[in-house]
Amino acid sequence: MNNPVSQDQDWPLFEVFIRSRAGLEHKHVGSLHAADAQMAVEHARDVYTRRQEGVSIWVVRSSDITASDPAEADALFEPARDKIYRHPTFYAIPDEVKNL
Amino acid sequence: MSAPDLLRYVLRLGDTSLILGQRLGEWVGHAPALEEDLGLGNLALDLIGQARLLLSYAAEIEGRGRDEDALAFLRDAPEFSNLTLAEQPNGDFGRTIVRQWLIDAWQLEVYEALQASTDTRLAGIAAKALQETRYHYRFSSGWLVRLGDGTQESHGRVQESIDALWPFTHELFAADDVEERLAAAGVAPRLDLLEPRWSARVSDALHEATLTRPSKVHFPWHGKHGVHTEHLGHMLGEMQHLQRTYPGAQW
Repeated sequence: MNNPVSQDQDWPLFEVFIRSRAGLEHKHVGSLHAADAQMAVEHARDVYTRRQEGVSIWVVRSSDITASDPAEADALFEPARDKIYRHPTFYAIPDEVKNL
Repeated sequence: MSAPDLLRYVLRLGDTSLILGQRLGEWVGHAPALEEDLGLGNLALDLIGQARLLLSYAAEIEGRGRDEDALAFLRDAPEFSNLTLAEQPNGDFGRTIVRQWLIDAWQLEVYEALQASTDTRLAGIAAKALQETRYHYRFSSGWLVRLGDGTQESHGRVQESIDALWPFTHELFAADDVEERLAAAGVAPRLDLLEPRWSARVSDALHEATLTRPSKVHFPWHGKHGVHTEHLGHMLGEMQHLQRTYPGAQW
């Protein structure tokens, strides 16, 4: 890090997803630089699972992610706002129903 | 099998891990990228963890009231019995990778074989260390191939490091009386049986990395007998400074 000649400025950015326990989903934990996907997995192991945070790692090139446009947030998300009946909690659950 | 033999053998293993781990620790804050900084730091901590298990065991065998810390911080260079290769300076990143890769490949064979040791304590330590070493080898051989099969600059530098460090590999499999007696007792592996496996693994990786294997060199270094290069003394000076200046100092 002290040597500008060997800076990793050419390494692309990867997003890292970690599954913390079997059965749970992978969650986004952060990003890192690596020369390719294989190196990104190893870097993720060293950077993000040092304290037993994970049992599985996914990486994806940040540039391969297609994101929604913040400017379109109203058009995308506003219509859901007045449809609270879509929440399952909207309905009273009969006492007889177990394990829901 | 005698206790003095076992003590010397366990010290050799423990000192090699300790000295190599300390060397890797010198990279912290200086690696080419943050991700590699953490990677080398992880390797260093694994190795120092192995050293703790082995040196604690050595201290018990010795039975003179010393503990792992006394062995690590209060012995002088001639009392250290690490492989000479482990104490060689870091050099550039490629040099560190070559040193690491050569020792990782050696530890892979040694720890794998030691799992079947008649000394159950040693077998247990080896089983734990083997898991760590598998990752170390993956890390170091991966970088060896990237650098060797990389740019002209990286290829040239890493080949130079292989040529420079190769003479130290002779010691890895040069069994002495201690190792032969322990092998006969089923405590330690026979080094002459491990060498072909190490050699084939190393050749495969060199081939993939488009690097050239130097010709066999019979240059007898004797780190495991306490005869070291000048580098170990300098390194111990730094490593032991605090404990020797403030005896008994603790975190």
